[in-house]
Amino acid sequence: MGLLDVVGPVMIGPSSSHTAGACRLALLARHARLTPPTRVTFTLHGSFAKTAQGHGTDVALVAGMLGLQPDDPKLPDAFDLAKEAGLDVVFDQADLGDVHPNTVRIVSAGEPGEGGEGETVSVTGSSIGGGLVRVFDVNGFGIDFTGASHTLLVRHEDRPGVIARVARVIADDEGNIATLHSARKRKGGDAMMSIEMDRRLSQVALDYLASVSYVHWLRMLPEVLSGDGVPEPDEDGQVHA
Amino acid sequence: MTFEEVLAFDGPASTYFLREELGADATPGTAEYEAFFAKLRDRLAAMRASIDAGLETDAKSRTGMVGWNAKGLHEAADRLDAPLLKRVQAYAMAVNEENARMGRIVAAPTAGSAGTLPGALIGVADHLELDDEALLLPLVTAAGVGDVISRTMFIAGSSGGCGAEIGPSAAMAAAAVTELQGGNAHAAMHGAALALVNTIGLVCDPVGGYVEVPCVSRNAFYAVHAVAAAQLALAGLESFIPPDEVVGAMASVGRLLPPELRETGEGGIADTPTGRRVALRMAKR
Repeated sequence: MGLLDVVGPVMIGPSSSHTAGACRLALLARHARLTPPTRVTFTLHGSFAKTAQGHGTDVALVAGMLGLQPDDPKLPDAFDLAKEAGLDVVFDQADLGDVHPNTVRIVSAGEPGEGGEGETVSVTGSSIGGGLVRVFDVNGFGIDFTGASHTLLVRHEDRPGVIARVARVIADDEGNIATLHSARKRKGGDAMMSIEMDRRLSQVALDYLASVSYVHWLRMLPEVLSGDGVPEPDEDGQVHA
Repeated sequence: MTFEEVLAFDGPASTYFLREELGADATPGTAEYEAFFAKLRDRLAAMRASIDAGLETDAKSRTGMVGWNAKGLHEAADRLDAPLLKRVQAYAMAVNEENARMGRIVAAPTAGSAGTLPGALIGVADHLELDDEALLLPLVTAAGVGDVISRTMFIAGSSGGCGAEIGPSAAMAAAAVTELQGGNAHAAMHGAALALVNTIGLVCDPVGGYVEVPCVSRNAFYAVHAVAAAQLALAGLESFIPPDEVVGAMASVGRLLPPELRETGEGGIADTPTGRRVALRMAKR
């Protein structure tokens, strides 16, 4: 945590963990998909479930899913904006197990489009205090990142050399890896890496990575703490991997 | 990083924290340094904007429980002849009433405790007619104190009750005011510890689950509390228990609190006949 995270964020009230943190988790979930979602289900756990309305958690989650940042003056109008955008919003409560009290699972789905972009993406994370967050599950893979850096998510086949290959591309792009987590569902099966780095990979490197054998899916998630450099979706609501 | 390391530093605490944050770039003129201070100025400007906005309006929050307190106090006669006290309280409540209205505020360290630091620091500075530039290094010290505390426990009412939100905010504010008035690292850290030790055990019991009651008035009280701690530290008084040990005690008491008293809105003043009525009324909406 940096000093500017302690005196900060600049945010729309009323709660850093329930509003700003919630917005950031949903913003990460939004950037884990390319196309705008048409339906999103927020499953709230613990304190998130108990005080969601009072702390504006519900509004903040919807705002993040629309690509808004925690200090956006439009945040309080997120429900109306979702309606305009054709986004169905569902809230649900569940015990997600032995996790932080402020935890949410965000499952978003879109209309099936070209190239399978109507995908369903699941992101589970916690708001751990002062607006800081931690994501520990993407699409059922137990990974770990904080949104304090730019994060590359790569789903790939669990084979020797794939991680090295991806790391090589990052190195060639002069990217610097801060943390790397890897999880697989079974030996030789599907695996996912979360790689936190100091800046976004270049588009050329991302395009190249997408064409690498055994890499099935990748997303470049923005750093969400400073609010600098979070890409806006284009006019069709697309973000770029 | 521990308070022990900061206490031993010969100079202002902000110098120590800036070196920790920026390393070799911790000197004016480097790109890193200038970028850091540009952001800090934005934070300070946003704090002041939230005070101004909050003092100007008496618009009610969504629940109707708060919204007019800051303006009411600000415009009231000073019957106790204590202008500093009145200003600090009004500023702190202004920020938290803005927060309750879903206005734009600076979490410091959290939104629920956002009024304490600007209430104390900007309140004292305006009382003494100091320029805003003089507040930047004290803000660094405030952030450093919060950073040290966060290494021992999560700063969130859900993890340690209000002691884990207003406690750090009051400690940050006490250190900032101490540095503003010339206190060195040793004095500022003891100011922080004196503030913190007197917040241990506070429960987080928001009525209806809303960050309004007791949060708004609590920020006014703990902004004054922070100024009082700075007063002692500037006079050379110290916390008998070393600052790091105070943080340890705060964390262990926070963990001992039952879940009902950690931001769930199910205990304390939230669990009174009036508190339960508010919760019911809002749930029906």
